[in-house]
Amino acid sequence: MSNVRVLVGTRKGAFILTSDGKRQKWDVSGPHFAGWEIYHLKGSAADPNRIYASQTSGWFGQIIQRSDDGGKTWFQPGTPAGTPVTTPEGMPMGESNKFVYDTSAETGKPLTTHQFYDGTPHPWEFKRVWHLEPSLDNRETVYAGVEDAALFRSNNGGQTWEELPGLRGHGTGSQWQPGAGGMCLHSIILDPRNRGRIFVAISAAGAFRSDDAGATWKPINQGLHSQYIPDPTAEVGHCVHHIAMHPAKSDVLFMQKHWDVMRSNDAGESWHEVSGNLPTDFGFVIDVHAHEPETIYVVPIKSDSEHYPPDGQLRVYRSRTGGNEWEALTNGLPQSNCYVNVLRDAMAVDSLDSCGVYFGTTGGQVYASPDGGDTWAAIVRDLPPVLSVEVQTLK
Amino acid sequence: MILVALPAHLRALAGVTGDVELEVEGPVTRHSILDALEARYPMLHGTIRDHVARERRPLLRFFACGEDVTHEPADAPLPQAIASGEEPFYIIGAIAGG
Repeated sequence: MSNVRVLVGTRKGAFILTSDGKRQKWDVSGPHFAGWEIYHLKGSAADPNRIYASQTSGWFGQIIQRSDDGGKTWFQPGTPAGTPVTTPEGMPMGESNKFVYDTSAETGKPLTTHQFYDGTPHPWEFKRVWHLEPSLDNRETVYAGVEDAALFRSNNGGQTWEELPGLRGHGTGSQWQPGAGGMCLHSIILDPRNRGRIFVAISAAGAFRSDDAGATWKPINQGLHSQYIPDPTAEVGHCVHHIAMHPAKSDVLFMQKHWDVMRSNDAGESWHEVSGNLPTDFGFVIDVHAHEPETIYVVPIKSDSEHYPPDGQLRVYRSRTGGNEWEALTNGLPQSNCYVNVLRDAMAVDSLDSCGVYFGTTGGQVYASPDGGDTWAAIVRDLPPVLSVEVQTLK
Repeated sequence: MILVALPAHLRALAGVTGDVELEVEGPVTRHSILDALEARYPMLHGTIRDHVARERRPLLRFFACGEDVTHEPADAPLPQAIASGEEPFYIIGAIAGG
């Protein structure tokens, strides 16, 4: 029987939740890296026991952690090139935590500034890794989306990192501005049907696509409309909160924008709104059913200033038509006095026959539905605020 | 032998409990202490000083013998009580909530 492993990043550590395929009883391990912010953990599709984690702190900076045994033990993978993996005492070296922007002339466009909140030029400063996306077929390759926004890649299991400078340098980078959460590259999607294609999204710049494995990039924001920026239909400047894709239908993208739920049928070349009958189209998460490419999920949030569900009712909304027509899913979710948020990387699905859907809240609950959203239960409910949720379906 | 008191997060990262004991060659300064600390515990690279610029991270402070030496020159000699190991050199996370 298959098992499920849920990787939860929180403000004060990481937690790993495991269950069998029934998804009724859960074991909770953690906190791992207690006291640190864990922005994201994700397992490798090529080797599920290989898990990468972003451990970060405003005081002490960025740490990359890796597990090769499914999260039981962790270590920092980094070491300077050509030196032993560890010091003579067995300590790991520190290169895995080093994210240095590429400012070489060879990149053609070495950027030094983006725009600050007030529109003034602001130096690019590395702050943290928001999202780690392991390669689909090579456990040693992993991408990192960072703040201030840039895309890095490691080809040696996280030991060293190099920026893919074509993203910041493609031409609009100097116009990017931070969103309320910082100027973060928070979404990375690797296209399984077109191995050179990568999608990323940045707050508050927009969505971008590479068709050559990250060497060159273009903005893909046509059709987005954002009234909070001077030109609502600008090429960049849109506060994209998250994007999602079904691997079997990879030309179709779904987006939860600051306001508006959007859909693209042409790999981001154009977007149209599919908010339909949602009670509010502000929110952070969006995800796609594992087996039904037109079934999507969002968690509507009241507004950009009131980051909690409308009417104190925590409702996941499901569309079985790829948008526009939405139904509220409430069975097992609190329907009064609930004022939590669900952050952008805090929803995921498993791939069991009856698709499981999972999300974590800023109140520390992780909810799971073993039946595609029909019924929900909190599988743990008193964690620190949840920053991210990923799911591994283990055969 | 120099004693260094780390904040709890960095003790956990380095896998140590209590104060760290270090051998420091030459004059005992903030710079030489941090060099020795990072050489002994490489996982602390980047957590106290920036990886590239080698500047102090903004929310960290340094204390020696009850004095704030955060803004003293990095190569300034530290008090004899630090150099002799009688008193620990404190690396402290700034009080900033959370």
